[in-house]
This record gives sequence, C-alpha cells and structure tokens, in this order.
Amino acid sequence: MTIQDWFEKRKEAQIQRRALEAKVEVDMNPDLWTKCVHCDAQLLKKDIEENEMVCPVCDYHFRINARKRIELLFDEDSFEELNANIKPTDPLDFVDTEPYIERLEKAHAKTGLDEAVITGIGEINGQKAAVAIMDFDYMGGSMGSVVGEKVTRIMEEAIKRKLPVIAITSSGGARMQESALSLMQMAKTSCAVSRLDDEGLLYINVLTEPTFGGITASFGMLGDIIVAEQGARIGFAGRRVIEQTIRQKLPADFQTAEYLMKYGQIDVVSARKNLKKTLSDILEMHSAAKV
Amino acid sequence: MTVLDFEKPIMEIEKKIEEFKKISTESGMDLHKEIENFEQQAQDCKKELYANLKPSQKLQIARHPERPNFLDYVNNMCENFIELHGDREGMDDRAIIGGIAKIDGKPVMIIGTMKGKSTKENLEYNFGMPQPQGYRKALRLFKHASKFNLPIITLIDTPGAYPGISAEETNQGGAIAVNLRDMAKLNVPVIAVITGEGCSGGALGLAVANKVFLLEHAYYTVISPEGCASILYRDAARAADAANALKITAPDLLKLGIIDGEIKEPLGGAHTDHKAMAETLKATILDSLKELSKMSEKQLKTDRYNKFRRMGAFQE
Repeated sequence: MTIQDWFEKRKEAQIQRRALEAKVEVDMNPDLWTKCVHCDAQLLKKDIEENEMVCPVCDYHFRINARKRIELLFDEDSFEELNANIKPTDPLDFVDTEPYIERLEKAHAKTGLDEAVITGIGEINGQKAAVAIMDFDYMGGSMGSVVGEKVTRIMEEAIKRKLPVIAITSSGGARMQESALSLMQMAKTSCAVSRLDDEGLLYINVLTEPTFGGITASFGMLGDIIVAEQGARIGFAGRRVIEQTIRQKLPADFQTAEYLMKYGQIDVVSARKNLKKTLSDILEMHSAAKV
Repeated sequence: MTVLDFEKPIMEIEKKIEEFKKISTESGMDLHKEIENFEQQAQDCKKELYANLKPSQKLQIARHPERPNFLDYVNNMCENFIELHGDREGMDDRAIIGGIAKIDGKPVMIIGTMKGKSTKENLEYNFGMPQPQGYRKALRLFKHASKFNLPIITLIDTPGAYPGISAEETNQGGAIAVNLRDMAKLNVPVIAVITGEGCSGGALGLAVANKVFLLEHAYYTVISPEGCASILYRDAARAADAANALKITAPDLLKLGIIDGEIKEPLGGAHTDHKAMAETLKATILDSLKELSKMSEKQLKTDRYNKFRRMGAFQE
C-alpha cells in the first residue's frame, strides 16, 4: 500500500464514521444509546448495564462506582455498612479556584456519598470479609482524612472480628485539599496493614480503574494477594508527569493491569465477570488452610 | 553564593559596605562609623526579612543550591561514617545514602536522600529523587538497625520519588508502601528530619518516625506547589498561591499535629553556615535520642503507631 492509498483509505473511514455519528445524533436517543469509549461501537446502554458495565463488543471494562461494585460482588443483602457517619471537614480552609467546602458539597450532590470510600462487612459467595470500596466519582476517589480513617477502622474491625480484609481501590491518589494531613493517611493506613500482618489476617487488594499515587504508595499495594481488574490503569506517577520528565512517549499498554503483571507486581488479572469467584476462591482456600 | 530575589535589598546594603570599605582603604578616610551603621542596617533588614518570609520564599531557601546536603550533615555531625551500599538485588540507588556512624559517641544508623551541588553531582544523585531500589536499600538498613539496636536518623530533602519508566516497572508505589508498613515494626527509636524539600510519598517513605522535625525554612507537603498549581489552578505559574493554600511550613504543620518541632536555621538560611546548622540539628537529635532511649521496644512501636493513628481531621 502506498502512502497515498493509506490516506485515501483513512479518509473513507473518516467519512463513513462521520456519517454514522451524524445519524446517531439525529436518530438515537442519548438516554438509550451510548458509544464505547474504547472501540467506538454504538451500544444500547441497557446492554452494557446487563453485561456488568463491560462493552459486549470489545470487552472494555467501564469504570463503576462503589454502589455498583457492592451490588456485583456481594451476596444479596449481605453487605452491612460501617462508619458511614464519618464526614469530611476543611481543616486548612483550602481555596483554589473554588473552596474545598464547595467541592465537597458538589461531590456529595453528584454521588449521594459523604466520602470517597464505603466500608463494611459483607459476604462473597458465603465468604465473609471486611471491605473498603473506593468511589472515583467522589473527588477522583482521592484519600483525605476520612478515607484514611475509614480504611484504618475497617482493618481494626477485621482484627476484632478475625476477618480477612479486601480493599477495592479506584483513586487518583492523595487529596491535595488536605495537604499534609492527607499525606499522613498513607502512613496511617499502612501502619494498620502492619497490624493485620501481626494478627495473621489475610489482606487482599483489588485494584480497579484507576489506582494511582498515594493509594499505590500505601494500603493499595500491600495486599498478601493483589488482584487487578482487566484493563485497569495502575501506577505511582501519572502518565503525563512521566512523559514530561523523561520527554518520551510511553508504550500504549504502560501502567495497565496486564503490564504490571508482566513486571511481577500483581498476582492476578481478573475480568469483571470472574472477579466474584476469584475472590471467594481465594478467601475459601485461605480459611480452609487455617482449620 | 546564589542570591535569591527577595534578598536583593540586603545585597544592596552589603554592596555599599564594600564600596565604603574600598574608599576607606584607598583614601585613608575614617569611615568605620558609617560602615558599622550600614552593617547594622543590613543585619536588621535580614532579620526583618527572614522573620516574615512567605511560603513561596521559604521554598526558594529550601531549594537553595548551596543548602547543606545529606553528606554535609553527616560530615559535620557524625564521626566514623561507614556507608552501606545497595539493595542486594542489583542496584545502589545514589539518591538515598545510608550507613552507620557515631553521633556524640553513640552508634546510629543514619539514612537520607542526597542532592548534588553541581550538575555532575545532581546527575549522580538524580536530583534527590529516589527509585524503588533506594527505598528498598533504606528498608534493608532500617531492619539492620532494628536487629542490632541502632537508633535510626533519617534526613530528608527530596522533590519526590522519581517518576520514570523503570521506576514504575519496578514498583515505585509498592516500595514506598512497604517502607510505611514496615517502619511501624522497627524496635528502635526513629527520628526523621525534613531538612529541605519534603515532597509527598517520596519523603514520607523515610519518615514514619517517633519524632518528626522540620528545619525552619524546609517544607513538607502532599504534592509540590507547582504540581498542585498545574492540577487545581491549571496554571503552574500559580505555585505561590498553591504554596500558601497547602500550609507547608513548620508553624502550620505544628498546628496540624504533623510535626513535633521546628529547628531554627542560622539567620539567612542553612546555606549561610553549614557548621552552625549541623550543630543545632545535632543538639535536637541528641535530645530526642535521650528521650526515646527511655522507652522499651514495645513502647517505641506503640508510640510510633499511635502518632500516625491520630492524624487526620473529620467529623463524626
């Protein structure tokens, strides 16, 4: 194929796609239809939802919120939320382009949550565990004092009840608006993991799209077993920061779950549809070994 | 010596002093009164200026190219330093240096991030930005210290852990996380001092300590003010605003319960007198060592755990 052919072909493809897009805008009700961000396929929203928020065409895993995760993972009505009463404050009177207090209110209005993590006790195929589930929709899932406190308390609760712990992460990292207090949550949660170690309790990480910064540098990477959801992006520094520092383009699959597994950083990459069984199998084998 | 922009008024007075001195020697005129006068003025101006520094000005001092680095402190505070190299898994990260030494006759493990003073040195030390292997080396030395009852001193001056391809491929996040977890298990006193830049997880990875101090013009933050400005303000040029908002200086961090104390610097900043700075630092370290030496292994661990367990602000 000559370069000219290649351009011609690309032009045709673009024209075809534009025609399709126009048609979508005119004919398709946006309440019913959506486009896969990965493969561009036109999809009925209902079809994605029925498929656990995974694209039926290309298998792309859409990010899901904490409530949806609980619904998908836990046995019906088995999840009991704990420490829901812990709420954020604004210890630094932080104002950037808007006050932190207003950002918190907006996040609450958007998600119906009081913070970026839900914690509690639940059962996965009958296997009981203490869990923390992060929600990216609440201020990018960032960890401030409340996230740190709730994660620490659920670990302490697990010690009291002698339960395994699962942390399901989805977060851009630490919460800048709480500055050093947020940084210290990394130390607090990691020290709590050291107590799980002392007690010989199983700790599992489930890294989901996306998990970065202060989370991977604290309780997010300390699991006895680290599972990642297929396609999730996981890393310490953000892609843009690295590109700016080294002034090179990074490989397309850089910092994906699959890439991390290749480099020996995580134990299991799981498709969403297999995650529940993967977790309950891990839990079951570790509890059976103890008896 | 590099002069910072806000120091220019002092420099101008000092220039005048030089001129007067020159005139005095050349012409034989007695100008000592005028010179003394100017010297007093310069001193007052300096005191006034340094007592009212903005966070963004402290940033400049914390990043001063002649600020004492890890080895300067070791040379001025310790005797018999023996560097212990390497992570035992294929690398000796030069951005973190550690070893055994004596301080006031007592053996300790001293570990810190290292910055260079020239481009050549900075390339060797990677501008004080450690890789995962550096944190793993530090952890190896922490465990060694815990095994042989050597108190641990860490000196931290880093713009953050290195953001690079191989750092990600060798688990930068995980390396820091493991240090945070395992520092909780150490049986010996741990004292951490932020001597310059204390940026993010890269600094915290050496700072899960019983006592945490900050030098007067050092700063400690979750993200560099430049990084914060480019994300929240979408404009890296607004770093000074971010530096204010982030509350990164010693008085604010004391109020928030993040640090145990502020260590005074010589007037004009640590870079103006390395020896005097090291003396003050040494005195603080010795005081803390004395206090912590009264605690049992278990007490030390509980003390360290509770210190971080308490941190945070929320309503319930």
